[in-house]
Amino acid sequence: MAFVALGQSTPQKQQGPVKTGRIALVLLTPGLAYLGLFFITPLISLITTSLKAPSDSGLIGRYDFAFELGNYAFAIGQYAPQIFRSFTYALIATVVALLISYPIAYFIGVKARDKPLLQGLLLTLVIAPFFISFLLRTFAWKQIFSNDSFVVNFLKNIGIFGPDANIIGTDFAVVFGLVYNFIPFMTLPIYASLDRLDIRLVEAGGDLYANPATTFWKITFPLSLPGVISGTLLTFIPISGDYVVASRDFLGSSSTAMIGNVVETNFLRIQDYPTASALSVMLMATIVVMVSAYVRRSGTDDLL
Amino acid sequence: MTRFSLGKYLLPTYVALTFLFLMIPIGYTFVFSFNDSIKSNIIWRGFTLDNWLDVCDQAEVCTAFSNSILIAVSATAVSTVLGTMIAIALVRYRFKFRSATNLLLFLPLATPEVVMGAGLAAQFLDFGWPKGLPTVIIAHVMFTLSFVVVTVKARVATLDPALEEAGRDLYANPAQVFMKVTLPLLLPGILAAAMLAFALSFDDFIITQFNSGAVDTFPKFVYTAAARGIPPEANVIGSFVFIVAIAIVVTVQVRASLKRKKLAK
Repeated sequence: MAFVALGQSTPQKQQGPVKTGRIALVLLTPGLAYLGLFFITPLISLITTSLKAPSDSGLIGRYDFAFELGNYAFAIGQYAPQIFRSFTYALIATVVALLISYPIAYFIGVKARDKPLLQGLLLTLVIAPFFISFLLRTFAWKQIFSNDSFVVNFLKNIGIFGPDANIIGTDFAVVFGLVYNFIPFMTLPIYASLDRLDIRLVEAGGDLYANPATTFWKITFPLSLPGVISGTLLTFIPISGDYVVASRDFLGSSSTAMIGNVVETNFLRIQDYPTASALSVMLMATIVVMVSAYVRRSGTDDLL
Repeated sequence: MTRFSLGKYLLPTYVALTFLFLMIPIGYTFVFSFNDSIKSNIIWRGFTLDNWLDVCDQAEVCTAFSNSILIAVSATAVSTVLGTMIAIALVRYRFKFRSATNLLLFLPLATPEVVMGAGLAAQFLDFGWPKGLPTVIIAHVMFTLSFVVVTVKARVATLDPALEEAGRDLYANPAQVFMKVTLPLLLPGILAAAMLAFALSFDDFIITQFNSGAVDTFPKFVYTAAARGIPPEANVIGSFVFIVAIAIVVTVQVRASLKRKKLAK
């Protein structure tokens, strides 16, 4: 068993004779070519589209390439609040999700380690929300928090809320919905890190007269850091581009719009492709900067 | 056993309460699938089984659902084959451009959906391809591929190369070794990857909205319906999918633990 576990962490070294040659090429080419054609070139399309100007024909939704850098200035000038809001929401929601998820991951990975049945049950419960459309779950929160709902009426009756107060459409509602949707994405990688934690290291901390808090911050937490980092990326990245939770039909209002909402409106409704593309390129650039810091830290083999 | 303990009952209580919190919208969706609603499904009006018995009364829901299944099955088939091939190559072979390959596979996992969706849609515009079923399937293969690679790769890494060598020693040709030894041993990993790809494709909304044109999918239906109120039939579909998925997961887990017990003996 130990051998298998070892092999999982460093797969390449465990393998027998490593073959080179044509077979690898045959195995890799179709999939990588696919990603080249439908992932990489679309990113290039996004960049070229972000530099287009309205075509001379004057028709709506027609643009020609013009190296129009003004699209970026326009996008930033017009949508600075939404850009700022997206990253603020993403940052707050990621931190809150981390605080909520860490104890759960710790309990499943460390406390429940000797009880496989409990561990299996808890892991199933963590991923259970994935099995029901996140749109339905988000809409359920909308109804639970809607005006005249049981929750809101209760808060009004006990005087926490004024008679005109509401939850839906506020910053709180949107961040709440984002945190809820991404708790599993944060919990699973942290759990994976903590599950591999050698408990003897923690015991050694105690033997050396470290108090529980010191042991946690000097041993447990640093060893779970890879999980915390993956969880943070898996949460922050999708949230920064999300537009369902913040949409006015779900938990948001016009004053909670994020980058995603602007891209959706500009691309799909008013067919302003250059502005939508410029915003997407800026979002992608921010993410690439974040991720490259991560790659430099961990190297490319641990990425997958 | 561990010195770090947050009090004996504090942590378990916290965990139980958080799980309760996670389940609230699921329970809500399930309960309101039985609501005897008239126009909107917001206020509880009484229990009925009608929504479950006549889901397709709401024809749009059923069309969207069957489109989602069709898209998920097609995309899963393609991405499972392509992804498995890549996973085998990554673990078993040495080749140039290894870090470039890792990076190319990692990037789709680290790209916000709205960027992938808008990028692909911009490319389809440039190509002059009309949006429809084929473009959604193309998009879904693209974003599920890396997930398949990650899942299958974990399984390939646990495979003992000696088993394949034994096959070769017994004069099996490479194709026979692959079909009789490698593939059966990888099957659990491939199945897990296919299930993941299916689930991701079925539940996808953002990339789909950018690349589907007039084709409706279940998540797209829910998004559009949200403006005027989601009909209880959508809750029925959601709850039904949930029950099927949980049943599959529990079955897989129980089988795995039975197998472990057998091996322990």
